[in-house]
Amino acid sequence: MKELLVISGKGGTGKTIVTGSFASLAENKVVVDCDVDAADLHLLLAPKVKEAHLFKSGQQPVIDEAKCTRCGTCRTVCRFDAVTPEITISHIDCEGCGFCAFACPEHAIEMVENVSGEWYISETRYGPLVHARLGIAEENSGKLVTLVKQKARDVAEESGRDLILIDGSPGIGCPVIASLSGVDCAVIVTEPTISGLHDAGRVVEVAKHFNVPVKVVVNKFDLNTEMTGRIEEYCDKNGIGVLGKIPFCESVVHAMVEGKTVIEYGKNEAKNAILKIWKILAEDLGL
Amino acid sequence: MIIAVASGKGGTGKTTIAVSLALVLLDVQLLDCDVEEPNSHIFIKPVITDKESVPILVPRVDEKKCTFCGRCSKVCAYNAIAVLGTHTLVFPELCHGCGACSYFCPEGAIEEVPRDIGTVEAGIGCNLRFAHGILNIGEAMSPPLIRAVKRHADTEPVTIIDAPPGTSCPVIASIKGSDFCILVTEPTPFGLNDFILSVEVLRKIQIPFGAVINRCDIGNDETVSYCNKEDIPVLMEIPFRREIAMAYSQGTPIVEALPEYRGRFIDLYNSVLRLQSVK
Repeated sequence: MKELLVISGKGGTGKTIVTGSFASLAENKVVVDCDVDAADLHLLLAPKVKEAHLFKSGQQPVIDEAKCTRCGTCRTVCRFDAVTPEITISHIDCEGCGFCAFACPEHAIEMVENVSGEWYISETRYGPLVHARLGIAEENSGKLVTLVKQKARDVAEESGRDLILIDGSPGIGCPVIASLSGVDCAVIVTEPTISGLHDAGRVVEVAKHFNVPVKVVVNKFDLNTEMTGRIEEYCDKNGIGVLGKIPFCESVVHAMVEGKTVIEYGKNEAKNAILKIWKILAEDLGL
Repeated sequence: MIIAVASGKGGTGKTTIAVSLALVLLDVQLLDCDVEEPNSHIFIKPVITDKESVPILVPRVDEKKCTFCGRCSKVCAYNAIAVLGTHTLVFPELCHGCGACSYFCPEGAIEEVPRDIGTVEAGIGCNLRFAHGILNIGEAMSPPLIRAVKRHADTEPVTIIDAPPGTSCPVIASIKGSDFCILVTEPTPFGLNDFILSVEVLRKIQIPFGAVINRCDIGNDETVSYCNKEDIPVLMEIPFRREIAMAYSQGTPIVEALPEYRGRFIDLYNSVLRLQSVK
């Protein structure tokens, strides 16, 4: 079984458009949306939820007002400014370390399990989709990413699938690191801007750090062909394969508005480019 | 006054808006809190005058004093410290730096030592005060670094914060304490979906906000309808133009490439002032 991850460093370069297209093209796979923070893939794949589960992660303190003497020990020991001067918990700041509960001389603070999101196993016209929704302003996106990936592996094993296709999140932090673990190839979708190259460079370093091989796709390459040239040069210098270049194409947004992948949306230039990219990638992965 | 510029979806134009807004104001500071992928410096080209490493505190165990009682691992919520036979192992990358292990160690065997997670750089560019954070490669936790960038905030008269994309802890760490938030979106299904999530975040943390709709002539009308229905002020609309995309791609701020936009950004600032004063 192979695992293919789509990431970008910079946001908005076209990760989900590319992943959605791959979902149309790959045959025997499970799709996973690991952008649990701002998931969008469901807007293209229209999942029918078959299973919904609560995501419980970590604990949050609850103060028993009857026992609390307002001594302020909790406020003194907390390093995240999560206890207000009035001795209430600011859940947005709390990291769930539990220091306050252990330190409270009155044992007035109890740590209770925190529900910080939901995750789903769904059916789509392209097979199973495992996805999630992190609660608003919640933490532990990395743990949720790890969880949905594990569930996708379980689904793939049970149903004898040979590919796990993963839509990642922007950035280089906790959810991206969690999504990189165990993947066979990370496709980095970038755009021909100085920011795009700068950010792709940082996510390439992160992938290297975790020994994940990378390939690059340049999206909207014709918006600045000189920058596209610089991205190709960078890839060449660093021994990174460029899978292909996708032209700027209005059909991409039109397809999205209709809830279709680029592949499903009539004839268009972006589709032709993605078809070529997928052919190379599928061969590389031995699919 | 602190004005944060945020968006649920990435690539909608946060940096474009934050940089150009800063450039049309006098006596202003720009803080790039997207420490995972900072980009504002590409447009501001600052001369960096200050550079500091940002550490979090992680435990170091003195095994001569340690009796391997396991109290430290019991109080650790992150499985960052464990006792195995006659060794106490620390997993620094799991540690949030809460300090509980050291505080509760009955033998006083745990000292806290700094571990660098990134760098904050500060300086001047395009006549404005600038600071940003750069998260070290392989580091998962950005909020402590974001808080370090925000310690540079002058707050008076105006500090503009360029936030990371998303809706979880790095975004909260960036926008918390702001007086107003400009939410940048694009009128596509992805843009709207993530915009609604951002609206929920701002309502939860109770920061007044308004929308900037970028590339307003692509996609559909649903974002504008949503704003009308939810009573969210649309502060500015910017059409898709190849020359804007081209300027961005080369690291040129929109107000420099298209000077006619200066007035529009001053209007944006005045709208923020007006909305912020009636909150």
